[in-house]
Amino acid sequence: MTTLVDTKKLTMVQAVTDGMRVMMKEHENVIVLGEDVGQNGGVFRATDGLVAEFGENRVIDTPLAESGIIGTSIGLAMNGFKPIAEMQFLGFIYPAFNQIMTHASRIRARTLGHFTVPMVIRAPFGAGVRAPEIHSDSVEALFTGMPGMKVVVPSNPYDAKGMLVSAIEDPDPVLFLEPMRCYRSTKMDVPEGKYNVPLGKAARLQEGNDVTIFAYGAMIEVVMKAAKSAEEKGIKCDVIDLRTLYPLDKEMIAESVQKTGRAVIVHEAPGTGGLGETIMSLINDTSFLYMKAPIERVTGFDTPVPMFALEDHYLPSADRVVQAIEKVTQF
Amino acid sequence: MEKLFPKMQIINENGEWNDETYRGEITEELTKELYTKMLRSRLFDRKGVNLQRQGRIGTYVPFEGQEASQIGSAMAMGEGDWMFPTYRDHAATMTFGHSLKTLFLYWKGRQEGCTPPEGKNIFPPAVPIASQLLHATGAAWAEKLKGTDRASIVYFGDGATSEGDFHEGLNFASVFNAPVVFFNQNNGFAISVPIEKQMKSKTIAQKAVAYEMEGVRLDGNDVFAVYFHTRTAVERARKGEGPTLIEAVTWRYGAHTTADDPSKYRNQEESVNRRETTDPILRLERFMKNENMWDEKWAADLQESLTLEIEAAVKEMEEIQSPHYNDMFDHVFAENPWPIESQKEAYAHSRGDR
Repeated sequence: MTTLVDTKKLTMVQAVTDGMRVMMKEHENVIVLGEDVGQNGGVFRATDGLVAEFGENRVIDTPLAESGIIGTSIGLAMNGFKPIAEMQFLGFIYPAFNQIMTHASRIRARTLGHFTVPMVIRAPFGAGVRAPEIHSDSVEALFTGMPGMKVVVPSNPYDAKGMLVSAIEDPDPVLFLEPMRCYRSTKMDVPEGKYNVPLGKAARLQEGNDVTIFAYGAMIEVVMKAAKSAEEKGIKCDVIDLRTLYPLDKEMIAESVQKTGRAVIVHEAPGTGGLGETIMSLINDTSFLYMKAPIERVTGFDTPVPMFALEDHYLPSADRVVQAIEKVTQF
Repeated sequence: MEKLFPKMQIINENGEWNDETYRGEITEELTKELYTKMLRSRLFDRKGVNLQRQGRIGTYVPFEGQEASQIGSAMAMGEGDWMFPTYRDHAATMTFGHSLKTLFLYWKGRQEGCTPPEGKNIFPPAVPIASQLLHATGAAWAEKLKGTDRASIVYFGDGATSEGDFHEGLNFASVFNAPVVFFNQNNGFAISVPIEKQMKSKTIAQKAVAYEMEGVRLDGNDVFAVYFHTRTAVERARKGEGPTLIEAVTWRYGAHTTADDPSKYRNQEESVNRRETTDPILRLERFMKNENMWDEKWAADLQESLTLEIEAAVKEMEEIQSPHYNDMFDHVFAENPWPIESQKEAYAHSRGDR
């Protein structure tokens, strides 16, 4: 039996807006706050139209103060609201780091569950859109290494809406990272109503037996291109979109590398301390005896993300990914 | 600015009337209640220092000298209101409902020390400086959005006013007209740094001007001044008239913590001499004697009963079972993600428990 679902062609940023709208309609305690989220609809228009629909008590333009946005959201969250706090860019989150690290992520643990802060922090991130300096940082590892936070990154409009719904329904704080490069790069059929894409579950984008490629966010487009080139050379890649960075989908990671015996991990964040190291240790723990070659990583460098004249050098390219694929298959 | 923000006082150092506005409300019953709460917290505090010296609890953070500020302000709060303390505000939180056992457990290193009694909105002590001002603002803002008349009170020291979160907290509360009372205890030092090096402004209360909110400076060693002026601020908040910044000027006799040596940076003789002039309990005792409310037998019985209560709380604290290590794993998220679950299982296995 086929169930017909009404869909709309949406970009990722429109899907994000739709996710918030659906949840705000369903739950009166869901509120959106941040800099310019009201009348302006957000610097990327992610909150466009919400203030007209839900009013200024639920879509709140705040003073320009990241720590203030997160700190007050903590108070709102533990007193009955579900705040969706927008950081204009992930690179602007640093003033709020103290609030997230010392309070949001650990209030549940500190109080044995008595106080909780079910909130979502949305932040566009990543390079490749020619943004000014600091705007392009990929510092997700600061948060995957923070006990008490879930960290998710959709790579397409469908996942963005479904994962945002799941993040809003999650009883714990979730950092919802939105790759700027994906905001308007594609349109996709997105169901009109509410649906969930579960957190903690990766997605297999392409089936192959020769090598597994792990990536997320804006790097998905890059690795898909690389996988196509590899296929032209007779190498079939299993491509896994991790989608949730904490907690990782251990089962799918292990299942895929145990099938292929080879892995290439791609992220634009710096290599040292990056998620790639966590994935490598996970493969070591679950699948060491299955491996036919050392694992390769293609990552950003341990440098600040450069100003955009150099960002193409900084970002992993499909060519670099193809070279890594060839290296593991020729080992 | 000091003239614009005079130090409000109801009774002076000698326990004599300075302002008789509230004379009708300062009954013997209220006076004895305040005295009892102050003595209770002082005995608790001294016990805390002793327990630390004996190695029976960890590092302890004393507050002797600040009892009037904490108790007078906490007394002004009502059922259902919110309290956001720092790690030094035990007199406030015990006045608002924390048990002595809970407070001792905090310094015993137990998570239970962060949990409030049923029905009491007491947040766990804020360790990062000034971060809690934003939580109080958020919680108060939530009450406003919900349409209640509940308010928040948040405690912080003079050093906290240098932090960005102090200013962000006041600004957000001001912009959103949140029903919150910012209660500063200005005891003159942020560990070793005196107020003169902390800020150039002469008062903390005057910082309210920048946020278009009420600023009140009061004698933080006069429990009546603290109680009545905080009560006014809370009433204003409940009526939707916005937040207030209160500066309670006080003095702490002891160290920042039991791990700290104040003789390195503070003249200890001054602290000893100040007992005559700034001690809030001595002041109230003098007032009660002036007003014929003092009874030696009542005072002796009170001392004895409070000592027994505190000893019982210590006993309870020491008799509590050791925590299970799973408490560490089981409250990070509502549902354990696999990394924590597998670490929990591996740890149990390493101990031979599974």
